Amino acid sequence: MGQLSGPTDPTADAHWEHSHPRKGFFTDTSICIGCKACEVACKEWNHNPQDGNLELLGSSYDNTGALGASTWRHVAFIEQGQERIVEARESGRALVSLGMPRIGPPATASPAATDLAEAETTPPDTADFRWLMSSDVCKHCTHAGCLDVCPTGALFRTEFGTVVVQDDVCNGCGTCVAGCPFGVIERRADGSVKVATSRNDQHAKHPAVPNAGIAQKCTLCYDRLVADETPACAKACPTTSIKFGDHDDMVETARERVSSLHAQGLTEARLYGANENDGVGGTGSVFLLLDEPEVYGLPPDPRVPTADLPQMYRRAGMAVAGMAAAVAVAFLGGRA
Amino acid sequence: MTLSEFDSFRPSEPVRRRRREGKRGPGRRPANGDGSREMPMVPEQEFSSYYGRPVVKAAPWGNDVAAYLFLGGVAAGSALLGLGGQLSGRPTLRRNARLSALAAVSAGTVALVKDLGRPERFLHMLRTFKVTSPMSVGSWILSAFSAGAGVSAVAEIDRMSGSRLPLGPLRNVLRAVEGPAGFEAAVFAGPLAAYTAVLLGDTATPTWNAAHEELPFVFVSSAALASAGLAMVTTPVRETGPARKLAVLGVLGEVAAMKVMEQRMDPVAAEPLHQGKAGAMLKWSERLAVAGGLGTLLGGRHRGAAAVSGLALLTASALTRFGVFEAGLASARDPRYTIEPQKTRLAARRAAGITDDAITTGG
Repeated sequence: MGQLSGPTDPTADAHWEHSHPRKGFFTDTSICIGCKACEVACKEWNHNPQDGNLELLGSSYDNTGALGASTWRHVAFIEQGQERIVEARESGRALVSLGMPRIGPPATASPAATDLAEAETTPPDTADFRWLMSSDVCKHCTHAGCLDVCPTGALFRTEFGTVVVQDDVCNGCGTCVAGCPFGVIERRADGSVKVATSRNDQHAKHPAVPNAGIAQKCTLCYDRLVADETPACAKACPTTSIKFGDHDDMVETARERVSSLHAQGLTEARLYGANENDGVGGTGSVFLLLDEPEVYGLPPDPRVPTADLPQMYRRAGMAVAGMAAAVAVAFLGGRA
Repeated sequence: MTLSEFDSFRPSEPVRRRRREGKRGPGRRPANGDGSREMPMVPEQEFSSYYGRPVVKAAPWGNDVAAYLFLGGVAAGSALLGLGGQLSGRPTLRRNARLSALAAVSAGTVALVKDLGRPERFLHMLRTFKVTSPMSVGSWILSAFSAGAGVSAVAEIDRMSGSRLPLGPLRNVLRAVEGPAGFEAAVFAGPLAAYTAVLLGDTATPTWNAAHEELPFVFVSSAALASAGLAMVTTPVRETGPARKLAVLGVLGEVAAMKVMEQRMDPVAAEPLHQGKAGAMLKWSERLAVAGGLGTLLGGRHRGAAAVSGLALLTASALTRFGVFEAGLASARDPRYTIEPQKTRLAARRAAGITDDAITTGG
């Protein structure tokens, strides 16, 4: 057992003897156009079945809704007015002034901060409203809640530092679903979904749903990684919003990108998951967001529940002792 | 802001939801602003979400799992009562408690297996031992407990049937090991009653996670009062003196632990414990526990009153488990319970000068 929280190398923690660099995504939402090519590419490569009955959710151009057992990439879509843009810019500026830890000499930060006052703050298109689009994916956390609580060992840490479900081992207990602080992993339903391949066979027999009853999530295309290929979503992304590579390079790229956006006055830009001191020890998938994380449906301060597990076991031990004492008192404390 | 004439046909923006007023714990964060009371240091967090959709996913567990929480507790407490009966020479209490333990643990295990996505793979639970997984630890505890509870209960069944079980030479072995088996089951009884609290606490489900410090105490107390209640139903009063005491201790423990838990939890994360179906169940659970405890104290020596009190205690325990279970699921379904406590604790850490551990960074 490795560390339960704090900065660490997850691959070494999992006792991999040979060292592959940790792989990860950097999803730069500032250049996402919401085309959903990543969703489609992911579904096709991973043979993920349709989920839902192709309903329109009626809230936005996003009719996928959320990440789930059969949706391993999900493009969020948010429309915001001017007021919210100003708020986002302010909250982003506040993050910069907190003096977050960064790699490299701090000298680069101070001139950027002074530049912000004179910087051109007009967004490229309009100041009145904006569309936020963000392709969400499994975070492949350094301390993965799902992996920690899996009782069967079906979830494992790969040599690339990612977290993958072995579908022949998982028995569908569902503990990982509750263990994930990001709401990513889900148990696949039995496939009571109507899939029609043409108008004529609307009511014909539907294709079998693979891996029903088993927890499913993004594998960071493990089958492609072992063949030295880029994950399907990153390969399909037409704007390079989804970047794939060594985790360290991704974090570095993300930091450069956010400081260049800040230099342009776009202080609403911020990174999500690039801090190894956060509650999950940093994520394998790093995001550049343009508003608070909860706007995109991401938790603002996730913490891997297992970080508190030693304390929970201690409390449970005390409770067990209390129960034993109560029984002892009941039997020994004289005849009632 | 109007961009085109058609904007007038748009439905009006939903009003941003504010903190619900009303039944909350004694106000740790009072909603004020009239200057009559001290304002909290950390300001109330504005709450926005992605179209009101949940952030974390609720565990895909049905009522089977809630039933297991109850049955596992009954089994655990019964095994302890069985050992007590064994050591203190109360044969009827010993017999009934051992049979109750086996019945409850068997029904509970069936419920657990039934709830799996792939029930035919239930043995995969035992293909590894993972201390970071309360479910794995619990599966081993349950197995070890079931072994002892099974052996000691089979010995009772054999005795009740006048040695008619087709055991052959194994009967002597059974007679020899039933005592140690009862002891072994009792050793694993406490962990069996408590691990389910760790299982719920070690999740990202807001209400369960926020309750992780006190939930083990609630659960072992609930197990104690339920098993004592069952003994009071099944066993004549002359042998249930210890069960009555255990019931009263269990009621005191559960009511106290529940109160402390609600006090110490994040007030927002505690809300689902007071609302809707879960709130109603927990309210009735407390009433029935207190009524059952009083009934035990006042009328526990009358067979009828003892049985009624025992039934009240059993119902109270079941309601506690179903209530806590439901509250957790409800808290996962509403993004507010994930986002607000997290924003509050992040703001509190920042106010305390800790600025290096946020997941969101400026660079």
